[in-house]
Amino acid sequence: MTEPLLTMTHVNKSFGPIDVLFDISLKVYPGEVLCLLGDNGAGKSTLIKLLSGVFKPTSGTVEMAGQPVDFASPRDAAASGIATVHQFGGTFALMSIGRSFFVGQEPTRKFGPFTIYDRRTANAVAVKAVREFGITRIDDGDRLIGGLSGGERQSLAIARAVHFGARVLILDEPTAALGVKEAAHVLRIVLEARKRGLAVIFITHQVVHALTVGDHFAVLIRGALAADFRKGEKTREEITDLMAGGEAMAELEAEIEAHSAASPDHAASVAGA
Amino acid sequence: MTTTPSVTAAAEVPKSGSSFGKLARRPETGSLLGMLLVFTFFAIFGGINFVTLGGLASWLNVASEIGIVALPIGLLMIAGELDISIGSVIPASSMTVAIVSGFYGAPMYLGVIAALGLGLVIGLVNGLLVVRTAVPSFIVTLGTLFAVAGLTLGISVLITGSTGVPIKAAPVAKALFGQFIGGKFEVTILWWLAALVVVGFVLHFTRYGNWLFALGGDKISARNAGIPTTRLTILLFMTSGFAAAFVGLCQAILYNSAQVSTGTSFIFNSIISVVIGGVLLTGGFGSVVGIAFGTMTFAIVSQGIFYTGFDANWASLIIGILLLVAVLMNNTFRTMALSYSSGKRQARK
Repeated sequence: MTEPLLTMTHVNKSFGPIDVLFDISLKVYPGEVLCLLGDNGAGKSTLIKLLSGVFKPTSGTVEMAGQPVDFASPRDAAASGIATVHQFGGTFALMSIGRSFFVGQEPTRKFGPFTIYDRRTANAVAVKAVREFGITRIDDGDRLIGGLSGGERQSLAIARAVHFGARVLILDEPTAALGVKEAAHVLRIVLEARKRGLAVIFITHQVVHALTVGDHFAVLIRGALAADFRKGEKTREEITDLMAGGEAMAELEAEIEAHSAASPDHAASVAGA
Repeated sequence: MTTTPSVTAAAEVPKSGSSFGKLARRPETGSLLGMLLVFTFFAIFGGINFVTLGGLASWLNVASEIGIVALPIGLLMIAGELDISIGSVIPASSMTVAIVSGFYGAPMYLGVIAALGLGLVIGLVNGLLVVRTAVPSFIVTLGTLFAVAGLTLGISVLITGSTGVPIKAAPVAKALFGQFIGGKFEVTILWWLAALVVVGFVLHFTRYGNWLFALGGDKISARNAGIPTTRLTILLFMTSGFAAAFVGLCQAILYNSAQVSTGTSFIFNSIISVVIGGVLLTGGFGSVVGIAFGTMTFAIVSQGIFYTGFDANWASLIIGILLLVAVLMNNTFRTMALSYSSGKRQARK
């Protein structure tokens, strides 16, 4: 097996007294899709924020291609090849496809003594990049992002990340807001990204979507890694049970906590003993 | 359920209506129609005088003064910010040049530099306050609007003992900033045209323009994409401070005197012009050509009314209705621009 592209070793993250992530160790390989499963509040978004440079881990290390990394900002993470695509893809609804594709990295050309934005190149490259991902309905780089469907926006955002040299692609619930057909579209693009040798981290609630594209699965429950297995090692029912069981466990724990908080005598006697 | 519209979308010929779509997608289409409508209206009701050179000059003069301020206000609005402090930067700049070069009799260029410098400093303060405190720029600049107005009044009375100061501009300064060309056209019209070209170039043909649209579209994504959002925001406020100071300076030199309270009408007039020009109040959408049309529309209405037989008091009513119609029309055009060649949305309507 090849070397892992991204390795997290004993990563903890706490906000003040609250532990959000506890002892997470994960490896992500190039050309593989890691599905990160878990209920709301399980720590999925905190985990991806650690990887995309929004937060720093409280302890533990993150390595990229064997080198320890310490991202100061999302821009830093992006520069080392980690791209995050959020639920709604491109956010500049009123910008054209070409313009939003190249935001911050606009191609320019000489126009007399001036350096001007090269609209034609931008549009051509952007349209070509998305079409290579199978979105053939996009043929005009002047169209506004707001006119695209949710799936097309996702695809555009993924194509953009790949174009700008992403090696790790983090997809934050890309299929959550989409219909069945649109979701299938996005899943196909995830597979295309995998085929190109990217390491994909795919965050989702939907076990079906995860099973369709995933090579490797990690289930988070209340900030801890509850399961880490490869494709074919668990059935769909087992995974669903795992996620649901985790949820039930969480509820139970919350109830016990609430109970001990409500009866301080009991808590004190426990503490005293 | 969602399959039916997709089928119609697939069946649609992609090229059909694309030229109309391209037109509708431009932010200035609505404002051009509005301007033509208003011009036709006053050409009919205003009689022959409105379409003579004199009529042209009367509204172009107004348009140029508002237009110089409306341009940076438009840029700020595209970037998702607002600056209303221009209402007191204009008189502050007028008073500065009048006090420095008129009251103290310093060389004209010193007065000009002081006035423009004041505009830049106020812009810098606005910009720093907005990016450091994250208070909405409307509130920040409302604060500086009053603060600068108070300072101007206080300092003027302290130094000169009055709220109006005469200034006799040197011939060069008069020719540059405050003369009438051909006895009718203010020289500021040329400055406005120059500003339109420069700002239009920067906004639509350089990468910095793209940064502005991104900033107004989604500030956090723009920052993550590597755009220096903080510096850009401060620079925009300095531009609007500078433009307002420039207009104040020109007015003082044109009318040979400066008054403490002559700028407040510019606040709303410039915002109205920009909105009629198709700029989205929440940012991320607009064009310089649209702003120019919007400014001219506003000027035509506010001056055209004097050429008709109507009571001039009705002008505000027309402008109010015009603003509402413009916003509705712009919304319609924007929806059309968004749904253009996206069969799905069209099918849903």
